[in-house]
Amino acid sequence: MKGTAMLPTVALDAARPQAAASQPSGPPTPGPQAPGLPPPGPQAPGPPTPGLPTPGPQAPGLQSPGQQTPRPQAAGPQAAGPDQHGTTPPGRDGGPFRRLLPPAAYSTAGLAAHIRWFGQLPYRGRPGSLIRDVRAAGLTGRGGAAFPVWRKLEAVLGAAGRPVVVGNGAEGEPASHKDKTLLTAAPHLVLDGLQLAAEAVRADSAVLYVCCDRPALQRLSAIVAERAEHGIDRTRVRIVSAPPRFLAGQESALASVVSGGAALPRFALPRVSERGVDGRPTLVQNVETLAHLALIARYGPGWFRSAGTPDEPGTMLCTVRQESSAHVAETPLGEPVDSLISLAGTQAVLVGGYHGAWIPSAQATGLPLSNAALRPLGGSVGAGVLAALPADRCGLVETARVARYLALESAGQCGPCRNGLPRIATALAQVADLRPRSAVLDDLSRWAGLADGRGACGHPDGTVRFVRSALRTFAGEIRRHLGGTCSASCDRHFLPIADGPTDDADWS
Amino acid sequence: MKHQLRVDPVACSGHGLCAELLPELITLDEWGYPLLADRRVPASLAKRARRAVTDCPALALLMSEAPGTASGNAVSEETQRRRILGTQARVRS
Repeated sequence: MKGTAMLPTVALDAARPQAAASQPSGPPTPGPQAPGLPPPGPQAPGPPTPGLPTPGPQAPGLQSPGQQTPRPQAAGPQAAGPDQHGTTPPGRDGGPFRRLLPPAAYSTAGLAAHIRWFGQLPYRGRPGSLIRDVRAAGLTGRGGAAFPVWRKLEAVLGAAGRPVVVGNGAEGEPASHKDKTLLTAAPHLVLDGLQLAAEAVRADSAVLYVCCDRPALQRLSAIVAERAEHGIDRTRVRIVSAPPRFLAGQESALASVVSGGAALPRFALPRVSERGVDGRPTLVQNVETLAHLALIARYGPGWFRSAGTPDEPGTMLCTVRQESSAHVAETPLGEPVDSLISLAGTQAVLVGGYHGAWIPSAQATGLPLSNAALRPLGGSVGAGVLAALPADRCGLVETARVARYLALESAGQCGPCRNGLPRIATALAQVADLRPRSAVLDDLSRWAGLADGRGACGHPDGTVRFVRSALRTFAGEIRRHLGGTCSASCDRHFLPIADGPTDDADWS
Repeated sequence: MKHQLRVDPVACSGHGLCAELLPELITLDEWGYPLLADRRVPASLAKRARRAVTDCPALALLMSEAPGTASGNAVSEETQRRRILGTQARVRS
């Protein structure tokens, strides 16, 4: 989907040069053969971990990595070297934090490079064994809901019937680009995770569900074919193209598309984990979650927990949007929001995307990027979107544009969503355009209450969360608009909106 | 036994019959879709609640035993619908 056309900067770490440069060359370590093949048990966070990737920036020459640039194999380690984490909090100034995404100069898109960097795919040989590790690691879903991964794995493993696993890379959120970036930069890591998840739940088929253009689709198909050819994948992988809709990645809508139907969410029960694709138990995990899973299988839960907070361990990918640039960065949970995104000259940050929340820049300064810290402010980390609204724009105009988009993206199945969202969007547009009706604020709050929690999926709830946060954060601007003036001096749009057809439904 | 009413929002098309049959627990929003009272169905209303469930033209009103027990509800709701369909068919014929 290309609301992201302006994303060339997604050159992930382009934005953070020298710190990057100094490290990647440092932490080579075991050569190609060494990496964490069978994930040894004993690897805890301790720096001098045995068999696995030695961490620490200073760990360099351990075993001369061989020929060319000494980079192979570091990812997990180097970035997360527990000790390193202790001394140099990764972040804006501490150098890039890289577990999933290799340095820009080193592509793991190729199979050989992937294996050199991350090591072989460590199959466990039996279902279920990985679930313990994932539970100990505390991995949660990175698609937005942050649901504990082990619980889904267990539910699917325990359900009746032969399961299907699906790697969800639909990323229907126009402001997010992290899944596409990951699938480009480290597709094999995602596919490793898909295989491991399939093994863990005894699935006999796997699906990679992605929304991308034809060339990218062909690249992924070639990669899947290459892995099959080398006998890496034990479970056959099928690629299914997701429609470019906001809701395409919603779990039950996904199950419907993969089964050959339309991208429509269904009423919650039975769960997709019990009856999803073709009526079979279905494990749906975001592609980034699968990549983390593939690393946990290699380096262990202790290593995974060496980044992040005790309650929300690990790292996450974030799409960081500023005035005129956007890039994808990896960060440990709990890092201050402003270590990822510059708040100077901004008025508010949208955290978590279009189902997320606006937070005034003043409050975002020093605020940890974690659900625990965001919840009291009505937000969540969601799928990792951070967008800092420049001070010269109108937050109401941006909110109204997005609200309109979200209303048009409603599947239109549930009355409260079908009736409420367009009314909310229209009222917001009236406020933004300085032609508010008298009771507009009362209407907005009443409609928000009527839409909230009354749909089959979370779309009305998320939209209402977003709108309510705007009413709070831009309260001052609303007063100004009601009085007929707007403080913005620039009317260039900031938040991206998908450019596909949004007004007539194309659910195929 | 305590019962809990739920609405399948996809199936519901806002006929509004439920609110007429069970105004104590169901009102309609400004677009005609049901708003359920935030409490269980008291024994005194159980009979009419069941009536509302079976008479919903869209089979969108559901009654489950106590809240929460996820998968258990799934089955019972489906069974419920099948039963209702059977009843309606019998009534028609």
